[in-house]
Amino acid sequence: MSSSTSHTSTIGAIGAPSRRNTELGLLVFAVVIPVFAYANVGLAINDEVPTGMLGYGIGLGLLAAVGHLVVRRFAPYADPLLLPLATLLNGLGLVLIWRLDQSERLQQRAEDLFGGFTPDAPNQLMYSAIGIALFVAVLLILKDHRILQRYTYISMAVALVLLILPVFFPAVNGAKIWVSIGPFTIQPGEFAKIIIAVFFSGYLMVKRDALALASRRFMGIYLPRGRDLGPIITVWAMSLLILIFETDLGTSLLFFGLFVVMLYVATERTSWIVFGLLMSGAGAVGVATFEPHVQQRVDAWLHPFSDTVMAQSDQIANSLMAFGSGGVLGTGLGQGNSDLIGFAANSDFILATVGEEFGLAGMMAFLLLYGLIVERGVRTALAARDPFGKLLAVGLSAAFAIQVFVVAGGVMGLIPLTGMTMPFVAYGGSSVIANWALIGILIRISDTARRPAPAPAPNPDAEMTQVVRP
Amino acid sequence: MSELTLTVMRLGFLAVLWLFVIVAVQVIRSDLFGTRVTQRGARRNAASRQQGAPASAPPAPRQQQGGRQRRGAPTKLVVSEGTLTGTTVALQGQTISLGRAHDSTIVLDDDYASSRHARIYPDRDGQWIVEDLGSTNGTYLDRARLTTPSPIPLGAPIRIGKTVIELRK
Repeated sequence: MSSSTSHTSTIGAIGAPSRRNTELGLLVFAVVIPVFAYANVGLAINDEVPTGMLGYGIGLGLLAAVGHLVVRRFAPYADPLLLPLATLLNGLGLVLIWRLDQSERLQQRAEDLFGGFTPDAPNQLMYSAIGIALFVAVLLILKDHRILQRYTYISMAVALVLLILPVFFPAVNGAKIWVSIGPFTIQPGEFAKIIIAVFFSGYLMVKRDALALASRRFMGIYLPRGRDLGPIITVWAMSLLILIFETDLGTSLLFFGLFVVMLYVATERTSWIVFGLLMSGAGAVGVATFEPHVQQRVDAWLHPFSDTVMAQSDQIANSLMAFGSGGVLGTGLGQGNSDLIGFAANSDFILATVGEEFGLAGMMAFLLLYGLIVERGVRTALAARDPFGKLLAVGLSAAFAIQVFVVAGGVMGLIPLTGMTMPFVAYGGSSVIANWALIGILIRISDTARRPAPAPAPNPDAEMTQVVRP
Repeated sequence: MSELTLTVMRLGFLAVLWLFVIVAVQVIRSDLFGTRVTQRGARRNAASRQQGAPASAPPAPRQQQGGRQRRGAPTKLVVSEGTLTGTTVALQGQTISLGRAHDSTIVLDDDYASSRHARIYPDRDGQWIVEDLGSTNGTYLDRARLTTPSPIPLGAPIRIGKTVIELRK
């Protein structure tokens, strides 16, 4: 009897513990850090602990507590990291926006241009509260993420409407991404990214076998049949139309990139990535040849310090300078000059403040926080038991990741700047609210994925079989 | 505010931020779930198996289902020959299916096995029974081909194609 000992292993199941107390501990940590940062800004700028510190700390703490209690009650097995990470980013974003509110340069600039200065931080706190409210609503209403699967084609229609709507409203700063209803302006693209992920997951779940299996092998990669290229060409055309009519590179990239990522995940075919990269490259270059707004952005990316670009906008130049002057350890909160960026310093360019005042070390930690959110999303996808949940979790994490990449890359000069906001950190209601909803859906999927399987029903066969003993 | 205080606060903030990241990664590390595969190393060899005594078994978490386990009842199923040699499955009153089908408890990679080949389950007294599920090449208990569900004596080899499994204490 010969046997090998290389396969000696025991297989058994481990139930995931609920980890709610871990989440609570991390949440306390995630509230304390921003309060500390808040005190730091006050001490650096005004030489005193800011008066609003208690109110701000209590406000953020309350939001976190509400989020935690709702998760504890309605999603007890959810991932313990998503909520604390989002809370920390949101809290630090509030501190950064408040810090830029204190800048005399920005106050002076607002008075010159608009005749008055209104601080943004209180608004952002209000948006965060609305965001948490939506997060709670998602967890209360969405008892099972598979319900979303029923609305596959409705969500396609809604997403198209949301993407097309801004065309009919006037452009703000050269990009048509805004919809104004009365006193409110919202960015429908932020919400569209969630809804489009629902559509892509529902669609690809049904079609993925056709897209994955019907293909010919050529030079090591699988080439899809011509007719299977239909969906990707449609989405590509849509994203090009967004680029042309709304002149918004960010939404266009997010939209197409999300589709390619989900297509790859659904079919496991590398060829889709090759196709996706070729098509987006060709599309972007093609549009840049005749669209002046896109050309401007590319010019500003390639030559940020040239005279022609500086005459139009010195934002990118100032942003690069801010990163440089931050160095490795940063200048310290409240002691940088990132407010020189002026316009959009606390929204699109807020990462420059992070880079200058926290330095490279802080920037890395910041990007790691985003990376951890994405990692938890992908981990949720791995653990999810249903293909729709898997695709949706991957799609939402990919949308989040692409958005962070597009914004961070634009501000740092890696890719042309686009009009998108850093999730949770940048000033802007739509962005904060939509991203809290995104985290809510991820928490719902992770709760379903990590919930221990119900005890198996007693096997009826075992009871009924009559054993005849010899 | 003195330069020193601000520097300390600045470095302190970075330290706290990184501490959060490290704590979060530690949580991920302790948060692994799914299927546990316990490596048992090369301690078990053919000699100790012939004596029928498990040599230095690891303290595997064994959830006993109270009442069902009798004294002297087998507690685990061990694959002793074939490609899955060394794999064990804890016996906890569940039905164990064997075959090439992907949803089998033990997925056999064996040309002589049917997709749903056999199953092993406890009867009401806790006695383990093996039943052939109409396989093409048959299931053998000791030397005899199974025709009816039969109780499994401790340590008796059950042969399916090239795979041999047995129940152990």
